[in-house]
Amino acid sequence: MQQIIGYMFIVVGLGFDVFGCIGLLRLPDVYNRLQATTKCVTLGTCSILLGTFVLKGLGTTGVKAILVAIFLLLTSPVAAHALARGAHKSGVKLWPKSVVDKYGEDGN
Amino acid sequence: MKNFRWLMGFGVLAASLLFVMLYPIPSLLSWQSGFLAHCFFILMLCFAMCLFRVMAGPTPADRAVAIDTLGILIVGFCAILSISTGRDWYLDIAIAWALQSFIGALALAKYLEGRGFDE
Amino acid sequence: MKSKLVLFIVGFIVWSLLTWPLDFQHLVVGLIVAAFVAFITGDLFSRRPHHFGHITRYIWFCYYVPMFLWSCLKANIDVALRVLNPKLPINPGIVKVKTTLKSDTGLTFLANSITLTPGTLCVDIDGEKGVLYIHWIDVKTQDTDKATELIVRPFEKILKKIFE
Repeated sequence: MQQIIGYMFIVVGLGFDVFGCIGLLRLPDVYNRLQATTKCVTLGTCSILLGTFVLKGLGTTGVKAILVAIFLLLTSPVAAHALARGAHKSGVKLWPKSVVDKYGEDGN
Repeated sequence: MKNFRWLMGFGVLAASLLFVMLYPIPSLLSWQSGFLAHCFFILMLCFAMCLFRVMAGPTPADRAVAIDTLGILIVGFCAILSISTGRDWYLDIAIAWALQSFIGALALAKYLEGRGFDE
Repeated sequence: MKSKLVLFIVGFIVWSLLTWPLDFQHLVVGLIVAAFVAFITGDLFSRRPHHFGHITRYIWFCYYVPMFLWSCLKANIDVALRVLNPKLPINPGIVKVKTTLKSDTGLTFLANSITLTPGTLCVDIDGEKGVLYIHWIDVKTQDTDKATELIVRPFEKILKKIFE
């Protein structure tokens, strides 16, 4: 039973990873790509780590996996935020069909 | 026409996934068998997509995003390695890699902004 | 001084989780390392360390975590459906929202929550004016107040109780 639940978590995580990477290929500009990868890949990897915790129990491996998952949940949005800001400051334009750009209008 | 293109892409993707699921290359992972070998190959497909984005990205920002994604994927790869081999120090590598990738992403963002590293 | 104590406790917990099967040697080394780190960088950790003593903040935090994880899961399914859809139904844009949070930790957590919830990505924060610029993958409204109502409001109420 424990094995089945753990492998379920790992399969769901791998699925989200693949979707995130397809998003990295398909979406049109940097900001949309950041949306896809930040959400899907972060939660997919956290799900794989949670599967490791379920499979290995409360030993050395499991506790370390939970620590890495918490660390990823805290840091990956910060990295995405920094990259988006850097991209906008370096002059990457939004996708031409975008609706509105309040950040550019406010003169940043 | 667009639907047809999408169907073709989906077909190629499904075929490659099925191929990987059914025939994992035996010589690379001969000590490994079963479910986890397929996990490795699916993750390697993700790596290939990220590397394609690194190669083709029209702006430097795209490449930085792909590198950041690659770092997070490698953490998951380390976790699966530690399950399959039963060695817990792979997760130490995962911790170190997550830290390095985070700091690397911050440095790349600073570089994109056009500021010095000591601000 | 209080900030140093809080950092010492947090560092010691993280150390003992890293070397999990609790062992006397590891605990002694952890005490020494945590004390050293707290002595050197303790003052940078928190500006208002007395907040760590309030029990109600922890209760609200326990309420915040499952809600955050649930909206994170919804965000993932949303993005996966958008990516797999052949027509690629996106309508992106950068909108401006207002916030009433003031503290740095609160703003950071608000930005992280916004980034991991459906369709939104925080691009920049202006802490003095209380303004966030948000990339929205499916822009429903361009008006600042309505966007604030849709994006920020559900988290702001809880984060205000935790961090302010």
